[in-house]
Amino acid sequence: MPKKFQIKIDGKNIDAMEGETILQAALRSNIDIPHLCQHPDLSVRANCRMCMVSVKGIRSLVTACSTNVAPGMEIISKSPAIKRSRKFNLEMIFGEHVEDCPVCVWNSRCDLLKYRKELNSKMLRFEDRKVRRPIYEFGPIVFDQTKCIDCRNCVEVCPVEYLEVSGKGSEIGIEPSANRKKDCIACGQCIVHCPAGAIKSVGEYSAIDKLEKLFKQKDKIVVVQFAPSIRVSIGEELGLPYGAAATNQLSAGLRALGFNYVFDTSAAADFTTIEEASEAVERIKKGENLPIFTSCCPSWVMFMEFNRPDYVKHLSTARSPEIMLGGLIKTYWAEKEKIDPKQIISVSVMPCTSKKFEIERPEFKINGLKPVDIVITTRELSRWLLNKKIDLKKIKPSMADNPFGDPSGAGVIYGASGGVMESALRTAYWILTGENLKDYNLFKNVRGLDGIKRAVIKLPRPLKTAKGVRTELRVVVTNMIKNARLILDELKKDPSAYDFVEVMTCPGGCIGGGGQSMPVDNSIRERRASSLYVIDGEKKIRLAHENPAVLKAYDDYFKDVNKKHLVFHTKFYPKNRTKIITRRRVKADGALQSDKYKK
Amino acid sequence: MNIIDKIKVAGLTGRGGAEFPTAQKWQSVLNAKKANPKKPVYVVCNLSEGEPGVDKDMHIVEYFPEDVIIGMRAAIETFHADKAYIFVQSHNLKKVKSRLGPFIKRLPIVFFPEDRGYLAGEETALIETIEGNRTEPRLKPPYPTEKGLFGCPTLVNNLETFYCVSRILRGEYNSTRFISIRGDARNPGVFEMPCTATIEHILKKTKNVPRFGYFVQVGGGASGNILLPEELETTIKGAGSIMIYGTKKTDGRKLMKRWVEFFYRSNCGKCAPCREGVYRLREELGKAKPNWLILRAVLETMRDSSFCPLGKSVHEPMMSFMEKIGVK
Repeated sequence: MPKKFQIKIDGKNIDAMEGETILQAALRSNIDIPHLCQHPDLSVRANCRMCMVSVKGIRSLVTACSTNVAPGMEIISKSPAIKRSRKFNLEMIFGEHVEDCPVCVWNSRCDLLKYRKELNSKMLRFEDRKVRRPIYEFGPIVFDQTKCIDCRNCVEVCPVEYLEVSGKGSEIGIEPSANRKKDCIACGQCIVHCPAGAIKSVGEYSAIDKLEKLFKQKDKIVVVQFAPSIRVSIGEELGLPYGAAATNQLSAGLRALGFNYVFDTSAAADFTTIEEASEAVERIKKGENLPIFTSCCPSWVMFMEFNRPDYVKHLSTARSPEIMLGGLIKTYWAEKEKIDPKQIISVSVMPCTSKKFEIERPEFKINGLKPVDIVITTRELSRWLLNKKIDLKKIKPSMADNPFGDPSGAGVIYGASGGVMESALRTAYWILTGENLKDYNLFKNVRGLDGIKRAVIKLPRPLKTAKGVRTELRVVVTNMIKNARLILDELKKDPSAYDFVEVMTCPGGCIGGGGQSMPVDNSIRERRASSLYVIDGEKKIRLAHENPAVLKAYDDYFKDVNKKHLVFHTKFYPKNRTKIITRRRVKADGALQSDKYKK
Repeated sequence: MNIIDKIKVAGLTGRGGAEFPTAQKWQSVLNAKKANPKKPVYVVCNLSEGEPGVDKDMHIVEYFPEDVIIGMRAAIETFHADKAYIFVQSHNLKKVKSRLGPFIKRLPIVFFPEDRGYLAGEETALIETIEGNRTEPRLKPPYPTEKGLFGCPTLVNNLETFYCVSRILRGEYNSTRFISIRGDARNPGVFEMPCTATIEHILKKTKNVPRFGYFVQVGGGASGNILLPEELETTIKGAGSIMIYGTKKTDGRKLMKRWVEFFYRSNCGKCAPCREGVYRLREELGKAKPNWLILRAVLETMRDSSFCPLGKSVHEPMMSFMEKIGVK
């Protein structure tokens, strides 16, 4: 246990713990010391210099983010000299940031504006010095140097070291790497860790207008699906508490916007679970291409295709729930409802930026149609609901149109790291033993925000496989690429270390995704995840293979192996480097002009 | 008496400009070594000398090369250091190698040529440079004496400090320091003077008292403080340098621009106040009518909140110049 003691901030006694910084202690006691570059997910770099405070006994000012507390420390955070330095520093930071608030991912809730008000900083004291800087677009990510305040959070959070600091002194800029061996995996963590909104995904927020135009076309049927994790994060920008479960408010909100049909992606996750579990069991029996890697996370797939093409045969061929549902809508459901699939515009609300890229994969096409036509993020949906003044707190909740049944609990926990594994294990257990799981806590080890979670599953009876008799299965669940790399290293040493590996690129899984609402940190991710497990616990059906509508679909439609393959499975291949498009602002008002292709 | 005690008794402080007690630095490295005997220790001789008007270290290289190596050897032996670096600007490498090289013999000393500019002389930025990273300062603590180069205890001393250590070992240390006198000087050069000598005394002794109206910049030709002729009864603080400027001859705006241009070239871009501040100073001074109030506010913000000494030090020359000499 770390030692506890008291320190004084502006004359007020607060509790502090050995080893923490002044900023951490202050924030815990609800004292906000202005800070921009310090994010609890990241290391302390002390680059923005907004958190200057004075400590009794130290002559010069120090940064609260990098100075550890000591017993009896007396801190002044609000003297006129400190305020002046912060105010002016912020004005200079505004000088490198083109304000584009109406289309910013922070939606005017950013710290720059918060502290501007508090410090009375003038936003326009200095001329924007970066107006002519490049705006890069790579895959679904748009990096706008004209807004970047050089804090380098994105450089640190990027799992593949794709973003780099280039240049020197006042001319530094964050650039996509010129190294051809590095490629962006589109996870969007840079977006949710940028204090200045310099990074966003393609379509934020022009996709809203596009959709509203589509609503007006009488010959189109616009359907929408929402990912498991959206239900616990959608309320955050709309006045609900962090992690509040709002499944039916969300469905009602989507209808109020004008969508003709609303589907829950969790229902399709039950198909994914069945496909993935069957594939896993089969591969384990054959002893082929083990371990099997999950492939629901498109960033992880991109990572493997670009960096580890030797390993892609280990990826599960099951499509992600979103793509499966898109396919189901345009085949099984369209047939049942007697709708021409060409009329359907399939939209998905995802916690993810990578999904915007994933839907373009040509091998997903079914009879020439993309399973999903447009992806919007949690942020885009929140903005849209706000614009339309649709209040989720007051709306009358309604269920999603669930032609594929009310999703099982297993389909809901897909949104958290460990969820895919746990769902698949519940079903694999049934396939292997013929019995249903009695104790749902059996797989509890794979839950939680830890980066690496290992579990050994004892089989109720020995399993004969091509590679000998197995009495247990070894599984591991990881989130974040740095942890996945550790597992890949382990596998290099011992290829049979694991049978089944789940990887999610974002911290905590999709609930921490790059398309989610901001801000985000561990406590917020924790609340979103536990909310999903509460929903799971309350469900009557918690096993994918017990979802009656899913079983019916298999009976009605998917007895044909070809159909099953067309809608449920895919293939992987080595990936080329993403093209980087460079644009520049023509005018400071945000008009863009395509410059040229770079690199 | 061991070497650290000898240094302590001699009262030696670092000659790079920060004037940190050398014995204390050496003791920290030794303590770190004792706490973790298996970890390698590194010694670095800082010869990056990147500020205008400061060239006393190269003078020492020229005239006292053996002393530098004797001082470094003392450090290597005290800490059982695995490796020692001489951190030198690439364009000086040839000369430094030819002067110091012959005395290195079998000591584990290597040259580290660099062209990263002024900031590379800051000890943590120097360490980052040797490690192959961007030349940017590190957060302290941990201090380099505990976790320096490659996470190991590291002694970084200015070249002149090693020279002084050698003198102490030989029993010949007389509390002197080297001072380069440049600018509009009658008798420019590098001179060895008592540490206690006032600037007035130094100018007299070196026959450098100008016969025209003048002011001096002391402690570095960019970051040094501006002093008027009546303020010279004080010792030198910071790097050992005196720049002399003829008042009539000097165009104040041009001089300030020259400093700012130097800091613009030298800053690393890590922290906001310095990166942005220097940019805005340069922009403001480039205008026909600079807004002096904004200039002052930028300088104060840089002094109060910059990450490393570079940003903090821009305030002093600029403000003292504006207050004492003034600009049109």
